[in-house]
Amino acid sequence: MLSVQQLACERGGKRLFSDLSFTIESGQCVQVHGANGAGKTSLLRIVCGLAEAMQGRVCWRGADTRLDPGSFRAELVYLGHAPGLKDELSAAENLDFQSQIDGCALSPLQIETALQRVGLGRQQHLPLRRFSQGQKRRVALARLVARPARLWVLDEPLAALDHAAQQLVSQLVAAHLQADGLALVTSHQPLGVESMDLRLGA
Amino acid sequence: MSAHLQACAALLRRDLRGAARRPGDVATPLFFFVVVSALFPLAIGPELGTLRLIGPGIVWVGALLSSILAMHRLFAADLADGSLEQLALSPTPLGLLVAAKVLAHWLLSGAPLVLVAPLIAVQFDLGFDSTLVLMLVLLLGTPVLSLIGAVGAALTLGLRGAELLLCLLVLPLYIPVLVFGAGAVQAQLGGLGAHAHVSVLLALLSAAAFLCPWAGSAALRIALE
Amino acid sequence: MFWLQYAAPHRLYALAGRIYPLAFVLAIVLTLVGLYLGFWVAPADFQQGQAYRIIFIHVPASWMSMVIYVAMAFWAWLGLAFKTRVSGMMTQALAPTGALFCFLSLWTGALWGKPMWGAWWVWDARLTSELILLFLYLGYIALTRAIDDPRRADRAGAVVALVGVVNVPIIYFSVKWWNTLHQGASVSLTKSPSMAAVMLWAMLVMTLAFWAYALGMAFYRVRQTILEREHDAVWVGELKEIAP
Repeated sequence: MLSVQQLACERGGKRLFSDLSFTIESGQCVQVHGANGAGKTSLLRIVCGLAEAMQGRVCWRGADTRLDPGSFRAELVYLGHAPGLKDELSAAENLDFQSQIDGCALSPLQIETALQRVGLGRQQHLPLRRFSQGQKRRVALARLVARPARLWVLDEPLAALDHAAQQLVSQLVAAHLQADGLALVTSHQPLGVESMDLRLGA
Repeated sequence: MSAHLQACAALLRRDLRGAARRPGDVATPLFFFVVVSALFPLAIGPELGTLRLIGPGIVWVGALLSSILAMHRLFAADLADGSLEQLALSPTPLGLLVAAKVLAHWLLSGAPLVLVAPLIAVQFDLGFDSTLVLMLVLLLGTPVLSLIGAVGAALTLGLRGAELLLCLLVLPLYIPVLVFGAGAVQAQLGGLGAHAHVSVLLALLSAAAFLCPWAGSAALRIALE
Repeated sequence: MFWLQYAAPHRLYALAGRIYPLAFVLAIVLTLVGLYLGFWVAPADFQQGQAYRIIFIHVPASWMSMVIYVAMAFWAWLGLAFKTRVSGMMTQALAPTGALFCFLSLWTGALWGKPMWGAWWVWDARLTSELILLFLYLGYIALTRAIDDPRRADRAGAVVALVGVVNVPIIYFSVKWWNTLHQGASVSLTKSPSMAAVMLWAMLVMTLAFWAYALGMAFYRVRQTILEREHDAVWVGELKEIAP
C-alpha cells in the first residue's frame, strides 16, 4: 500500500541515498537501519511529505502522495524527535488539541482511555512541564493509540524510554500490525516486532 | 469542511491560551506603541497645530514597529517543540492553519492598538471624527501588518539574525498600508473625507487575507525541509 | 523543448561561458557609443544646461533596475514551478547587479536634483519607489546569504522575489498617490526635458549597454555558483580550468 520508488535524497550538498525502492503492505513493518547521518530521518520525512526528494516518488494506495496530500495525511501519523507537545497544557489538553489538528476530534472518554493505555491515566490533567522526559514520550505514544491512522512513521520511538515503556511500544506496534496497519520505523535498538530490514548508507 | 474549521479554532484557542499565560508578550508591544507615540510630542514641541499634522504618521509608524516587535516569534516556538511539523502534516491545509495563527497574533497585538488609539489621538488633538477614522483604519490595516509579517516570519524561521532580516524584508511591504492609513486620517483632518483611503485599505486587506496565508504556508514548508 | 536542455548545470555553464565575454564587449562598446551620443552629440538643454546629461545614466539605470527585478521574479517562478536548480542560481546571480543599478539610479537622481532644485533628495514618486526597490533587493540578498542550505535559500528567495514583484506596482501606486497629494511645488524628476531624437537614441543605447552588462555579470556569476554547488560532479573535475 505504501510504495517508495527510486527515491534519491540530498542533504547539505551530499547525496545520502539514490534509487531507493521498497513496498510496505498491510500488516507489515519496515525497520530502517544505518549510521547517524545516513539519512534515516530524511527518508521518513520524505515519506511523510515534510521534505522533498531529489528524484523518485512515494505512492500511497497506488497514487502519488503529492497529488492528494490531504487524504494521505489523514491516514498517516508521524512521531519525530520532537513530539509537538506544549508544556503549559496538560496531557489531556495536548491530546485533545492534537486530535483536532489530525481531523478526528476525540471525546474526553477516548482521551482518558488512551492515556490510561500508556500508563498516565492519573496524571492526565497535570501540566506537561511536571512530566519527566519519559512520561512526555508516553503522551506522544498515546496519540498513536487514540488515532485510527493506517500508516505509522516512527523516528526512534524507543529513545528516552525505560524498559517497561519500550515493551509498551512493541505491544502497540504489534497490535497495530495485527489490525492491518503499516509501520515504517527507525530504531537503533531492536523493536521486538517482526519487521523487514532496510539499510542505508553502506 | 467543519473538521478544518475545528482544527483552526483549536489552534486559535491554543495560541490565545498560551499567550494568556505570558502576559508580557502582549503588554510589551502595546506599551511600546504608547510610549513611542508619547515621545514624539516631547521631542517636537507642544504646538497643537504641528502635532495634529504629524500625529497620524507617528501613530502609524508606532503601530508598524510594535507589530514587528514580536513577529519573528510567531512560528519559532512551534518549530522548536515539533508542533509545526504536526501542523504541516494535518489534513487541514496549512494555509488555513497559518490564517488561524495570524488571527491569534492580530487579536493579541493589533486589536489592542485599535482600542488604545483614542488615548493616543487625544495626545495629538485629532478630534472626534478623525479619531474614529483612525480607529477604523487601524482596524483594517493592522491585520494586513500581521498577515505580511507572518510571511516574513515564515521565510526567516530559524535563521541567525531573523529579527533584523524580518524587518528588512517586511517594512518595505508595509509602506502602502502606512501611506493610506496615515493619509486617511490626514484627509479627514483636512475635511476631505477618507472614503478613498478606506476603500484602498479594504482592498489591501482582502488581497493580503487571500494571498498571505498561502505564501506563508509555502514558506513554512520550505523552512521545514 | 529546446531551452529545457539548459536546465542541466553543465550545459548552462558552457553556454554562459560562451556568452559572457561577448556580453561584456558589447557592453563596453555600447557604453562608449551611448556616452558619446549623450555627452557630446546631444545638444545642451536650453533650460537645464549641461547638468541634465546625467539622465543618460539615471533613466537607463532605473529601467534596468526594474527589468532585472521582473527577470528575477520570472526565474523565481520557473524554479518554484519546475523545481529546476539553475533557476534559483540565475535569480541569485541577477540580484547584485539589479541592486547596483538601483543604487546608481538613486545616486544619479540625487546628482541631478541638486543643481536643479537645490536639494540632494526630493521625495519624488519615482525616486522613492526606487529606494524601496533597493530595500527589496537588499532584503532578497540578505535572506539568501543568511540561509546555509542552497536549496532552501533558492526557494525562500523565490518566494521573496515573487511577493516583491506583486508589491512593486502597489508600492509605486501608493507612493505616487502620496506624492501628488503632498507636493506643493511640482518638483518632479519624471518631467524630462523635451526630447530631441538624439537624446532618445542615447538613452536607448545606454539601456542596451546596461542590459548587456547585466547579462554578462549574471552569466559570469552563475558560472561561479554552479562550480560551487556542483563541485562533487564528475564533469566539474574534468573541466580544463580545474583539472591539472
